[in-house]
Amino acid sequence: MARIAGVDIPRDKRVEVALTYIYGIGPSVARRVLTIANVDPNARVKTLSDEQVGRLRDVIDKEVKVEGDLRREVALNIKRLQEIGTYRGLRHRRGLPVRGQRTRTNARTRRGPRKTVGVKKKTVEKK
Amino acid sequence: MSRSTKKGPYVEPSLMKKIAVMNQAKDKKVVKTWSRDSSVFPEMVGHTIAIHDGKKHVPIFITENMVGHLLGEFAPTRRFRAHGHHTEKSAALK
Repeated sequence: MARIAGVDIPRDKRVEVALTYIYGIGPSVARRVLTIANVDPNARVKTLSDEQVGRLRDVIDKEVKVEGDLRREVALNIKRLQEIGTYRGLRHRRGLPVRGQRTRTNARTRRGPRKTVGVKKKTVEKK
Repeated sequence: MSRSTKKGPYVEPSLMKKIAVMNQAKDKKVVKTWSRDSSVFPEMVGHTIAIHDGKKHVPIFITENMVGHLLGEFAPTRRFRAHGHHTEKSAALK
């Protein structure tokens, strides 16, 4: 079992790919980590020696911010934007797209599943 | 998105001058500005700047972690006031 950066245990895949299962590591960071640690990107995770896994762990510890730390950093950045009252913070609070995308249609990733709004009928009394 | 670092941050010269004068005089008055594209400089911390939103000047107290943002980010230009209700007026249109 290869346990790198906390909980992630990708196996059977090529290391290059397996590393991307860690939050904060994509294809390019994975390749960078592998060159620094001097591990063959094409080797399968299960074929790695303990020593190689240890090297990967060290490199990731030192070089990249992953998992909890990274999530916290992102959350803090968003919180900061909200506290100082920026437009971007406001969009985060409302759960709407932050970078100027259209909202007339689409924007479903931010807004979640469609909810029909409909117009509320305000009691129309008197003739 | 971002401005080239080579150029450095932009700030309306006249606004910076007013802030500098006030810092020298240890004076704190609300400064009105239309310059939404100016960056917040460390010198502005502690001042209140009234930023134009297209209609009026919104007074914003500048704090330390606002440094580096643009003034316009703090004064929203749009105001959303709920979608139409069925009121007497709109019912009359039909």
